[in-house]
Amino acid sequence: MKITNQIKDTTIIITLDGELDASSSVMLDEALSDPEIMTYSKILVDCNDLNYISSAGLGVFISHLQRFEDAQIKLIFYNMQDKVRNVFEILGLDLLMTIVSDYEEAMTIADE
Amino acid sequence: MNNKISVSCTKKNLKQIRDFVTEYLAGYKLTDIQMNQIVLAVDEICANLIIHANSEDPSKNISLSITEKAGMLKFEIVDNGVAFRRSEYKEPNIEEHIRVGKKGGVGIALVNRIMDRVEFESNARQNTCFLYKKIK
Repeated sequence: MKITNQIKDTTIIITLDGELDASSSVMLDEALSDPEIMTYSKILVDCNDLNYISSAGLGVFISHLQRFEDAQIKLIFYNMQDKVRNVFEILGLDLLMTIVSDYEEAMTIADE
Repeated sequence: MNNKISVSCTKKNLKQIRDFVTEYLAGYKLTDIQMNQIVLAVDEICANLIIHANSEDPSKNISLSITEKAGMLKFEIVDNGVAFRRSEYKEPNIEEHIRVGKKGGVGIALVNRIMDRVEFESNARQNTCFLYKKIK
């Protein structure tokens, strides 16, 4: 699992590359727990190279979502592979989180 | 075809289990989504056994064997840790998890929704989890 960050003004783009399972999701949790992340108004998660997600990976997003919402920070997923999106859908998380098709759409939503 | 794998109880070995399942299923005509769902269900059970039932003790092992009969896949996962108590299991309320920031507890829900049948058996020697999935 590789996690890289890119900053654009008040937006942080987190790129996930690899597989998010019970082992690797610890890294993601650390990245999202970094106090600096609360200084941005938008968190965009590029899922293009995210090839797998298990409940542990979903759990990391579930556990941070309310904190971001309370701070009015938007969390937006984009470029998600169908098989990964399907895992969100099995639990109905696609209705509780913002998942859009591509970067342009993510930026548009983020700017609303 | 090799249909059995045994790994020690560390989370790092989950990848090996997923690769093993993927390789076994490569011969079946599954869509990307079907393949991913089945691999995920097995991964979830194994992660629970490694982390909760066996406290990530690398001196302990879990084993997985896969068979297929008349279009029904059967996964048999055996360990010697603390048995899963199905009677104490409650379906998660995801919105509540979000509200309180809960990290775990949605894995078995995924397994139940993906697989056609999920069974747990325990005796004095070992625990076995059976997962069944119709693919034809």
